[in-house]
Amino acid sequence: MLRLLSLIPTLPLAGFLVLALFGGRFSRRQIAWVGCGSIGTAALITALVGADFLRVFPDRTSYHQTLWTWIDTSGMTVGVSWYLDALSLLMVAVVTGIGFLIHLYSVEYMSGDDGYARFFAYMNLFVTAMLTLVLADNLLLLYLGWEGVGLCSYLLIGFWYREPEYGAAAQKAFIVTRIGDTAFAVGLFILFTQLKSLSIQQVQTLAADAWPVGSNVAVIVAVLLLAGAVGKSAQLPLQVWLPDAMAGPTPVSALIHAATMVTAGVYLIARMHQLFALAPTVLEAVAVIGLLTLLLAACSALVQRDIKRVLAYSTMSQIGYMFLALGVGAWSAALFHFLTHSCFKALLFLAAGSVIHSLGHEQDIFRMGGLRRQLPLTFWTFLIGAAAMSGVPFITSGFYSKDWILWSAWSSPLSHRWIWFGALLGTLLTGLYSFRLIFRVFFGEVRTSPNGTPGVAMLVPLVVLAFFAVTVGFLELPRTLGDLSLFSQYLSHVLPPIETIPGMDESVEALVQIAVTCSALLGMGLAAVLFLPRASVADRLAGTSLGRTLAAFWQGGWGFDRMYDGVLVRPWLHLTRESGELLDRGYESLGVAAESFHVWLSRTQTGHVRWYAATVAVGALVLLGLFAM
Amino acid sequence: MVLWLLILIPLLAAPLAWMGQQWSRHAARWIAIGALSIDLLLAFLLWSQGHRFQNSGHGSWLLESHTSWIPLWGISLHLGLDGLSLVLILLTAFLGLIAIAASWTEIQVRVGFFHCNVLLALGGVIGVFLAIDLFLFFFFWEVMLVPMYLLIAVWGHEQRRHASFKFFLFTQAGSLLLLVGIIALALLHQQVSGRPSFDYADLMGLALKNEMGWWLMLAFFIGFAVKLPAPPFHAWLPDTYTAAPTGASVILAGLLAKTGAYGLLRFTIPLFPDAISEFAPIAMGLGVISILYGAVLACAQTDIKRLVAYSSISHMGFFLLGAFAGTELALQGAVMQLVAHGLSIGALFMLAGALQERLHTRDMRQMGGLWGAVPRVASMAMFFALASLGLPGLANFIGEFLVLFGSFASQPFLTILASIGMVMAVIYSLAMMQRAFFGRQHEIRIEADLSNSAFGTLLLIAALQVLLGLYPRPVLSTTMPVMGTLVRLAPPSSHLTRPPVKFLPSSNSFTSHVSAP
Amino acid sequence: MLTTHALVLAIMLFCLGLVGLLSRRNILYMLLSLEIMLNAASLAFIAGGSRWGQADGEIMFLFILTLAAAEVSVALGIVLQLSYRFQTLDADAFNEMKG
Repeated sequence: MLRLLSLIPTLPLAGFLVLALFGGRFSRRQIAWVGCGSIGTAALITALVGADFLRVFPDRTSYHQTLWTWIDTSGMTVGVSWYLDALSLLMVAVVTGIGFLIHLYSVEYMSGDDGYARFFAYMNLFVTAMLTLVLADNLLLLYLGWEGVGLCSYLLIGFWYREPEYGAAAQKAFIVTRIGDTAFAVGLFILFTQLKSLSIQQVQTLAADAWPVGSNVAVIVAVLLLAGAVGKSAQLPLQVWLPDAMAGPTPVSALIHAATMVTAGVYLIARMHQLFALAPTVLEAVAVIGLLTLLLAACSALVQRDIKRVLAYSTMSQIGYMFLALGVGAWSAALFHFLTHSCFKALLFLAAGSVIHSLGHEQDIFRMGGLRRQLPLTFWTFLIGAAAMSGVPFITSGFYSKDWILWSAWSSPLSHRWIWFGALLGTLLTGLYSFRLIFRVFFGEVRTSPNGTPGVAMLVPLVVLAFFAVTVGFLELPRTLGDLSLFSQYLSHVLPPIETIPGMDESVEALVQIAVTCSALLGMGLAAVLFLPRASVADRLAGTSLGRTLAAFWQGGWGFDRMYDGVLVRPWLHLTRESGELLDRGYESLGVAAESFHVWLSRTQTGHVRWYAATVAVGALVLLGLFAM
Repeated sequence: MVLWLLILIPLLAAPLAWMGQQWSRHAARWIAIGALSIDLLLAFLLWSQGHRFQNSGHGSWLLESHTSWIPLWGISLHLGLDGLSLVLILLTAFLGLIAIAASWTEIQVRVGFFHCNVLLALGGVIGVFLAIDLFLFFFFWEVMLVPMYLLIAVWGHEQRRHASFKFFLFTQAGSLLLLVGIIALALLHQQVSGRPSFDYADLMGLALKNEMGWWLMLAFFIGFAVKLPAPPFHAWLPDTYTAAPTGASVILAGLLAKTGAYGLLRFTIPLFPDAISEFAPIAMGLGVISILYGAVLACAQTDIKRLVAYSSISHMGFFLLGAFAGTELALQGAVMQLVAHGLSIGALFMLAGALQERLHTRDMRQMGGLWGAVPRVASMAMFFALASLGLPGLANFIGEFLVLFGSFASQPFLTILASIGMVMAVIYSLAMMQRAFFGRQHEIRIEADLSNSAFGTLLLIAALQVLLGLYPRPVLSTTMPVMGTLVRLAPPSSHLTRPPVKFLPSSNSFTSHVSAP
Repeated sequence: MLTTHALVLAIMLFCLGLVGLLSRRNILYMLLSLEIMLNAASLAFIAGGSRWGQADGEIMFLFILTLAAAEVSVALGIVLQLSYRFQTLDADAFNEMKG
């Protein structure tokens, strides 16, 4: 069964090729079948492969499959080969499973669109690239997937190509992530030059042998890889592309900009954890970046008007938690939060999509309200998603993953107290902005009434994801609440265990949990106070001058866009404004000089034969005179 | 003999194509296609038997043909084929076919003469790739020029006279330097051994060490760099590529640029190993300037063909960087870049030509939203824009990345600068897509999308791009022995005269290096 | 002495021809002046030949003679064409080649 592994990325690729080449001739039904079928089959095969993998699991922790040699020249040997272990299996399962649900959802969501075949072709290509990324055995193949997902993200953000702003958003996403990617590439150059290998496993073993902990080269490489991860995962300072990326269709935001692609950075750092372990300073930077991003994004999420932008900022914030976890060495906690986050965030996006769909592409939450009655199922699923995101205790998956991260932030020797306090503040803000959405959209008076309710194809994924958003958390229960460690055992062969400072016993853990729970509940309660009453307190707050300034500042994403615009974009545009080339003008002036000399000389060319004869005679005389001398 | 066939088939078919015009409307095109197909087939056969040749004791050449011509001056008809020339000849025949396909609808006047010129130019190009007598090489070098000039001057667009003059003057100036260099080498050989010789093998043995070697190397470098082109000798390129008819643009960018590149690899580097080891950082610096300068200017263009032209400068910068890096990996990447760039740029010029034929403008400000109107052109443009920005999985990626991987070992800082070009490539490629194909649609004046045959041709190139991107072995293994020899001939700069710029040596020495201020 | 006289005569003839060529505007007269200059050159050759007792001078004279004949026939053809085209024989009217 494990040998079927290579079918998993191949099937979506086949789907892409079929749709790209013949999509124009298919009916919508056929397109939907090809588009969904390829991912569905891939998900089924993943289940088979996964079952087989788990059957032999503790004895054999990884499976390696080479398809062909990609590059083999002058000391560089790179294969197109897959590496399946617990970590990549987890990623593959999420990508194909949630990918399939989102494809299914899109069948109905996109049904009115002209570019139906194009949409599914791009989505299938995205899944292929994402699977390549997570299954890659070497860094070059990983880079292929890495760029591939970036490309699909670009194509899908700009899917509605007639809108110039969408195109600009798509370009922004590609260019900003490409900046990170280039740093990543330079990291690969250093790795290869130093270690003569690009295989993920080999590189890390070699690096651990060759470089002492904290050596400069390890730090530089780790920083460069981190830059790649930061770009892809929309963390500071390369986070500016993600809010704009919401220009794409909502299923795209759910799949690419919430569940899978943006977590590629988390995957990369977890994958290269041995390398990052050699650079503790960089790990600390990872935690700080995560913390800053999660706070900044949470504040921005508080004041957005566009429902998708709120979710985009919340995604940045939640990925910030994952980075924080990675930074404090809580590898499996980061991946657990990745797992729960993909479920509840995909759910939130899809539910938001069904709101948007029902309201005829209305995205402004100030024009929504009271949808609780009209769209009951959407409301309940959205509520579950928001509860999971804000970490409603005991019953939601988000509680368990976030609690684990905060506990690690408290107890890990790599962490600091202020990191923990920052993260705690984050839980409060998360509760606040999640429930702000709920109260704005589903409560209060009806501002726009929906024209129709979503159909089965959209509701099934919502229900399934809602189920997982609740239950997936029970895979790992803290010591104080049942003490179940399925998830960390599963990852224990890939990722090192989370270290704790001695003396951190269960009573401390319980105290931390109570703090987290209180903070989250406080956030939700605050949201109820601020946003629920008819004459909303929040509106009055926003009316004050301080409120206005702060809201505008946060709404613009803390001025990062404006700063980049001034520092990078404008100078660049100035540099490339249309003008003749200086060097070329130099050469052209040579030509002009020759021409004017020619004009001057050609005045002697009068056309009179007698004048010519006279000049010949004079010339002869002059020559004779010269010779005579 | 096969080698002479490769050259003579296009050269002899040229007058035939001219005459063919009288027989039927498409006779000239079919004659040209026939001649090039035979060439392609021959080259393909040679390639498939490459491994057998390698063991047959021809020295470094897979095949060699030697006939005396003017023994008094040491000139002979000496052709030699190795992996490098084989790959480039395959590319020549293929792109020649593409160029003819690209001009199928565009060229409607003096069809016979057009194809006559195309065949003559291609014959010259193949001759350049095969000649290993420098006199013969120069002969073929000049044979390419005049037909190219005519192609631009007769069938070009608005500014064809200006452009063709510029092209001619620049390339002739480069040729002059080259000629001086070649003759000086022959005379130096006479000083050393008593008889002049233009033969590659003889001249390789000169091993010039003095200042003379430095100046001659410079002449050889500039002569070839003009063709490449590398700044500051590139000024002819944007005008020429833009004014040339589509078919000629394909040949110019896809093949003529490669003759310069070939010259650098075949002559400049091996003939002057000592001078090169000093000069390499400068050449690599020029390569980086080329990458960045070309990319910046590409971003500034509103004319779609000019944009592609400047992107070509940027891409050839990667070649220059790799060619002088002095590591086998970088050299392999440089050759791969030649092939990949030939394919992608050829297709991009075809697409720009297709747009011009339909819209009667190349100004991107007057385009927009074309995806809906011409989905085939648009999707192909997307593909090749991606290829040119170096998307992994396509051939350009292999070239660029091998170059960067290889160069990093000898010049890390330059390589990092060059990597910035990867970001810029995204900017101009996507800007082209955005302005021409996305956004709001202007008034529609479009009759038809790509014809099936044109679409098929582009799909073929696209398939080759994907194939070489995922399985570059056919090219890499063919050129590997040649590049290996080249590296041994001209060791990287850092190993010889100057101490290497150590950026990241192995960690042990690095840490100690840091601790000692 | 004879040589000197012949050469002086040749010079005078040549200058006469030159002045004629430069001052005349009628193209037929210019041709005539040209012939005079050619004859002056021939005379100089003959004088030289007789001075050194060599046949070369006479041979050159024969060459110039044939050359002049050929030149005149071509020139007259051109003159005919010119008068046909421009309806005049004024040399200054034919300034098509002005730079």
